Amino acid sequence: MRRAVIAFTAFLGGLVFLLSSPAWADGEALKGTLQNQGQPVNGVKISVAGEDGNPVGDATTGADGKWEVPVPKAGKYKVTLDQSTLPKDVGLKFQNRATLDVQVYEGSERNVLFALAPAGKQGEGAAQTSDSSSFWDRVAQLTFEGFNLGLIIALAAMGLSLVFGTTGLTNFAHGELLTFGAMCAYFFNVVIGLPLIVAAVISVVIGGAFGYSQDRFFWGVLRRRGSSLVAMMIISIGLALFLRYVFLFFFGGEGASFADYNAQPGIQVGPISAAPKNFIAMGIELAVLIVVGLALLKTRVGKAARAVADNPALAASSGINVDGVIRIIWTVGGAVASLAGVMLGLSQNVSYQMGFQILLLVFAGVTLGGLGTAFGALVGSIVVGLFIQLSTVVVPTELKTVGALLVLILVMLFRPQGILGRRERIG
Amino acid sequence: MDWNTIFVTTVKASIGLETVVYALAAIGINIQFGYAGLLNFGQAAFLGVAAYGMAVTVATFHLPFWLGILIGLAATIVLAFLLGIPTLRLRADYLAIVTIAAAEIVRLVFRSVKFSSVFGGSDGRQNFSGDFFAMNPYSPGTYGIGPISFNERVTWVLTVGWVLIAITCGLVYLLMKSPWGRVLKAIREDEDAVRSLGKNVFSYKMQALVLGGVVGCLGGFLFALGQASVQPDLFSTEFTFYAYTIVILGGAARVFSPVVGAALFWVLLVFVGNTLSEAVSAGLLPSLFTVNNIGAVRFMLVGLGLMLLLIFRPQGIFGDKREIALDAR
Repeated sequence: MRRAVIAFTAFLGGLVFLLSSPAWADGEALKGTLQNQGQPVNGVKISVAGEDGNPVGDATTGADGKWEVPVPKAGKYKVTLDQSTLPKDVGLKFQNRATLDVQVYEGSERNVLFALAPAGKQGEGAAQTSDSSSFWDRVAQLTFEGFNLGLIIALAAMGLSLVFGTTGLTNFAHGELLTFGAMCAYFFNVVIGLPLIVAAVISVVIGGAFGYSQDRFFWGVLRRRGSSLVAMMIISIGLALFLRYVFLFFFGGEGASFADYNAQPGIQVGPISAAPKNFIAMGIELAVLIVVGLALLKTRVGKAARAVADNPALAASSGINVDGVIRIIWTVGGAVASLAGVMLGLSQNVSYQMGFQILLLVFAGVTLGGLGTAFGALVGSIVVGLFIQLSTVVVPTELKTVGALLVLILVMLFRPQGILGRRERIG
Repeated sequence: MDWNTIFVTTVKASIGLETVVYALAAIGINIQFGYAGLLNFGQAAFLGVAAYGMAVTVATFHLPFWLGILIGLAATIVLAFLLGIPTLRLRADYLAIVTIAAAEIVRLVFRSVKFSSVFGGSDGRQNFSGDFFAMNPYSPGTYGIGPISFNERVTWVLTVGWVLIAITCGLVYLLMKSPWGRVLKAIREDEDAVRSLGKNVFSYKMQALVLGGVVGCLGGFLFALGQASVQPDLFSTEFTFYAYTIVILGGAARVFSPVVGAALFWVLLVFVGNTLSEAVSAGLLPSLFTVNNIGAVRFMLVGLGLMLLLIFRPQGIFGDKREIALDAR
């Protein structure tokens, strides 16, 4: 009998474990790859301590320059590189950055980058630290990171907002389009072994096809059956759950990164230091947003899309093929969301929950800009991205999302139509 | 295949702690969504603030258990007002987005390192259920029929839980037969018509939101007490989605459907989960399925089930199609 009780307790425990999202229950770690001019540096001791100074663990880099220290939970950690264990001809690029304060997020492995340089070539640039300049440096750095995040959110928000504008669907499964894109790119990049850029292009194409077929075989069919909007919103939640667990099934609960551009050494542009991939990613994001924006303003299809978003019945009566326009929006939305997923995977990690985790920020951006407007979504998303990163000047990094979500609620209170929205949309 | 274990755990799941907790959460959602047509996607937050309100009062501040219950209730009501005031005048999908955002805010604050001295970070809080189990009238031993039995602690939690379910179901039955309930259903059908009759729609919606939250928070108390601990990730948004699946499975706007829905949901989930994992360990499934990823399959089925239900049978098992609040407003 007692065994039955134990078995039942264990079973309940197992259920709870499953419910509490498997990915969060394990896997927080700090890791990195030490490289000097592209060559791995081995035998370097790296130790990790908690915020209170208690040691958590240490590691020594292997022949491939890799090291990893698992940490008990999300939080702030101090990572120290023992400079005496560095090879003679190698030194830290910035002498004052032997100890780094890093934030580990729930369920994710955090890459820590120590910039190395041949001895004697270390930069003195970061050596001087006067308080006022470091504050503004930090603001500049955060503004840059905010733009980076904001542009990713904007890419995702564009599709979400246009789909809402044309069909009225609040699509909770939009985040899974991002995850889908990132997973496709991961498959072609890591499993098949193609370069990431090729993999990203393939994933954008597949993402567009996925968006198209979602509308062709699912949402379009439901619209024709006359499913109501609230029903479709809950169906989208079901679809999101289904897809998320399909991703978990095939991908596993651990986060992973792409094979290319992993531990890029940062470059310094003015006060901002970032890996070159971030600059290029932002360039691509901006270019895509501008192209989509121009297409909306200048092309026939774009004008038709805005007309449908404004008033589907009137658009139909003036000869616009509403269903065709909606299908194009789904296709482009899916492709752009795929791109956003790849970019998100590049700047964070690929995991089965990445889309859902950013979905609320996308909603925040879309509502802030005004539901249903394409350019409002763009403006709102960038504001949200900037706000999230800049808020870390005053709030702890782990709570930066909280600030953005609070703003979402405050917008509802004072200006429910958003920045660029119009009053009549809120009903 | 150990059919005996599968059978026993499945039967136990039909009345177990999860069923009780989800049933209470679903009864709350049924009041909000089924009767009043409010899309509250933050039910997990209501359970969360209640559970943490109680746990923190007792475990962090060492105050009495009943004061903890009162603080948990108060926190739930405050949360309902905070969510309701900005959003109840807006359209249904705005309420949905705001409540889901609020639920994430609550969870992130609970698990933050910054406030870990109060909420305990991602480990949560323990050591608060002593007073509750001190009230346990059952003497140590197991209670039940044959292998389907629970120890005295679980029996006590389940007894309290099912009594609470019975009381809330009775309350919902009486309320929905009363003029108050009829106004609520009328608001779901046509808000403007009710307003033209001189009713304060906003106030009625707020009452429904508070009442649904309070019923749900009972589930939060039981969740915390039944496990003798609270963790932030128990109250993730997926909790709310499962509770919605339960309401829709049973049929919205019916008194007993959340209870039947919860029992059926957990029976299916446990049965499918156990059968699949037994089949994997017996080597009956293709090698694509492993012990590690088999858990995901049953939640895929939850998503699939939610979609299929809404497409083909939105009224669920017991519901009436004309009574489902699926029109956007």
